[in-house]
Amino acid sequence: MSDREVQRHRYDVVVIGAGGAGLRAAIEAREQGMRTAIISKSLFGKAHTVMAEGGIAASMGNVNARDNWQVHFRDTMRGGKFLNNPRMAELHAKEAPDRVWELETYGALFDRTKDGKISQRNFGGHEYPRLAHVGDRTGLELIRTLQQKIVSMQQDDLRDHGDYEAMIRVFDECAITDLMQDGPRVAGAFGYFRETGDLVVFEAPAVVLATGGIGKSFKVTSNSWEYTGDGHALGMRAGASLLNMEFVQFHPTGMVWPPSVKGILVTESVRGDGGVLRNSEGKRFMFDYIPDVFTKQYAESEDEGDRWYSDPENNKRPPELLPRDEVARAINSEVKAGRGSPHGGVFLDVSTRLPAEEIKKRLPSMWHQFKELADVDITKEPMEVGPTCHYVMGGVEVDPDTTAASVPGLFAAGEVAGGMHGSNRLGGNSLSDLLVFGRRAGLGAAQYVGSLGGRHPAVRESDLDDVIGFALQPFETEVGENPYEIHQELQQAMQDLVGIIRRPEEIEDALARLEKFRERATKVKVVGHRQFNPGWHLALDLRNMVIVSECVAKSALERQESRGGHTRDDFPAMDADWRKVNLVCSHAPGSVEVDLKRQPVPDIRADLIALFDRSELAKYLTEAELAALPEGDLT
Amino acid sequence: MSYQGHFRIWRGDVAGGEIQDFTVEVNEGEVVLDIIHRLQATQAGDLAVRWNCKAGKCGSCSAEINGRPRLLCMTRMSTFTEDDTITVTPLRTFPVIRDLVTDVSFNYAKAREIPAFAPPKGVAAGDYRMQQIDVERSQEFRKCIECFLCQDVCHVVRDHEDNKDSFAGPRYLMRIAELDMHPLDEMDRKKQAQDEHGLGYCNITKCCTEVCPEHIKITDNALIPMKERVVDRKFDPLVWLGSKIRRRENV
Repeated sequence: MSDREVQRHRYDVVVIGAGGAGLRAAIEAREQGMRTAIISKSLFGKAHTVMAEGGIAASMGNVNARDNWQVHFRDTMRGGKFLNNPRMAELHAKEAPDRVWELETYGALFDRTKDGKISQRNFGGHEYPRLAHVGDRTGLELIRTLQQKIVSMQQDDLRDHGDYEAMIRVFDECAITDLMQDGPRVAGAFGYFRETGDLVVFEAPAVVLATGGIGKSFKVTSNSWEYTGDGHALGMRAGASLLNMEFVQFHPTGMVWPPSVKGILVTESVRGDGGVLRNSEGKRFMFDYIPDVFTKQYAESEDEGDRWYSDPENNKRPPELLPRDEVARAINSEVKAGRGSPHGGVFLDVSTRLPAEEIKKRLPSMWHQFKELADVDITKEPMEVGPTCHYVMGGVEVDPDTTAASVPGLFAAGEVAGGMHGSNRLGGNSLSDLLVFGRRAGLGAAQYVGSLGGRHPAVRESDLDDVIGFALQPFETEVGENPYEIHQELQQAMQDLVGIIRRPEEIEDALARLEKFRERATKVKVVGHRQFNPGWHLALDLRNMVIVSECVAKSALERQESRGGHTRDDFPAMDADWRKVNLVCSHAPGSVEVDLKRQPVPDIRADLIALFDRSELAKYLTEAELAALPEGDLT
Repeated sequence: MSYQGHFRIWRGDVAGGEIQDFTVEVNEGEVVLDIIHRLQATQAGDLAVRWNCKAGKCGSCSAEINGRPRLLCMTRMSTFTEDDTITVTPLRTFPVIRDLVTDVSFNYAKAREIPAFAPPKGVAAGDYRMQQIDVERSQEFRKCIECFLCQDVCHVVRDHEDNKDSFAGPRYLMRIAELDMHPLDEMDRKKQAQDEHGLGYCNITKCCTEVCPEHIKITDNALIPMKERVVDRKFDPLVWLGSKIRRRENV
């Protein structure tokens, strides 16, 4: 193949990303009759979804019959500190049970209750046991089930059309570097195959972004190499806007030792199943960190918290199960106050709380992970844990019902989409988000393609020349920098300057550095040739990491309050006026600069606001908003 | 705490290649994948390796370390002495693409040949009822992270390229067992396991079980029970009679 030769493929719908959201979107698009391509940056079935451990939140009510979508909606809004897009939170809570049950028809095998239903476990911020799970490897079950469902559809296509890939095809180890457009409309996607280095353009009127998150912009992260903010950046370059990028979730419990595993996730199920957090003095410190807005839902004493596991009706839950932002900040404070563990974390102990056999049964992969990577037997001793960059709440601004972005033909679902989780995501709400909005994205894309009546946008050859030029640039640079060095510096800067606790002068420092990274990223040099060259892949990903980092930093500087996944040292409190504000990043046409503007958060419908009592709303809303509520009981 | 370790890494592509020597820093608590990453960042920017989760959950970073199929992310440097030379080569059973990356499409092709879960007719989504004890057998097999180490080590295909057509390999024979043991799956999978996917080739040397990073008892819990079910079906006169009677009812 000559240097600039490009493979061409034509599809109705192209899904970028092969995690939970992407696969569910593809299944739906295919079921709607669309010829669908799935583009996977890794091998099929390796997506980051496999790392999800705890479970899928869905108010099936199998363990506590009082659960329903309204309670789930309420928990989600509380977790997000009322900044969630309320329509997204509503759709998510309503549709999650159907999405979970559907997985069983694809062959999923969840853990069971005594009466044979899907078992559900407790998790941070969820009022009732709500997470469908398979031990602590729920993400693997989800990805494998969807993968096998796609295989089963391909078997149907072999039977009906004589070709496994007649209607749905997986292009694995393929990375997309640019979206193609015809005017404002999406016309396709351009990228390269990692295995061969061949260039490829997918011509398609609809593209679903399902690329996951941005964790690789931070040094300590639970995210894999793929999480370079590709979809965020692709969307933005195509003219879409990114919502609330300041909200980055630091999961409270990542491994801290040994250094090579620093950041790897320790599931919240450890706490859901009874694990407790202690500082170096042996104190269960979380009791000191229950914020005002949550005093009604969390236990005041260790005794009460412990009783809750067996008698949740008459006791409040232990504060180890507060939403993740609260727990991460508390651990951060303990370590800063000199009460940390030897390697700069705190202790997470399940060994004194459950019998060894029970631990191995409920938390098999945690047992395995600590035993094999840290020489720690979690049935006998506590783990050392600390916060790790885990998830970005911010993402592409979409229409809740169709997941359509502002660019015609562009859709986004899963972590890459913004709004659903507000300022902080509850554990378990990610897997359900992938399924609910993955399906809606596939449906939205199919309806959009149907509405075009065959008048598809076209890829312009001159645009193709430009994107090819960009992709091959790192090989043509005579003298340039090592992409690995720039990446490490970028991660360090974001970790140190725009991390868990943020200070304005540090964010400004980060922004100044990012400006230079942006410049440096255009002048990297890679060695070797195009076939499976990780240096080249990183060189191309750098551009995306710089853009999303700029969005995070700019938004973090603008929002002068602390809420969820954004904590300002100089504005430590939540501010009801800021609750009404979404921060939105976009590129002005033709510019590489990040343009930031404020826009109002969508109103919460009256029937949804009536799910809360007035005293709780008073903790989040402004005086004026409260005064505008109807008199008396809101329901 | 840290020392200079000796590594020998196969580098090359489909046209050929060779083992190359590297001396590289090793720090406390590291795994082999950390060392490969350090080589990429400092000495060999284009060294090809697959990896994702770095926690033994995705099964991407499979290779052979001193000749043994392993996950690079789960092989700790502390299992070697400072004087050991560590040799890392690509999986031998699959064609090389570049350096430590091999073409594992064989496995995806085999996956497609196994008929999918056959859901129970007339049971609506939400109405599936199964007991924990009944799902546990298949759940063990669903722990599989598809690292393909068992496929790599199995001598049926490792040493006999021509068996690849007729043998699905331990991972996919286990997939058949998983579906066969699924409490609600409606397909009889015994005959296809034997006739179409080469269950008979397996002579239970347990190499697959030995290399499984998830410690799934592939041979004891999946392959042997599957062989027993096949034998029951083939030779048990009662089963034979039953199948005749059922067939008559369907006429």
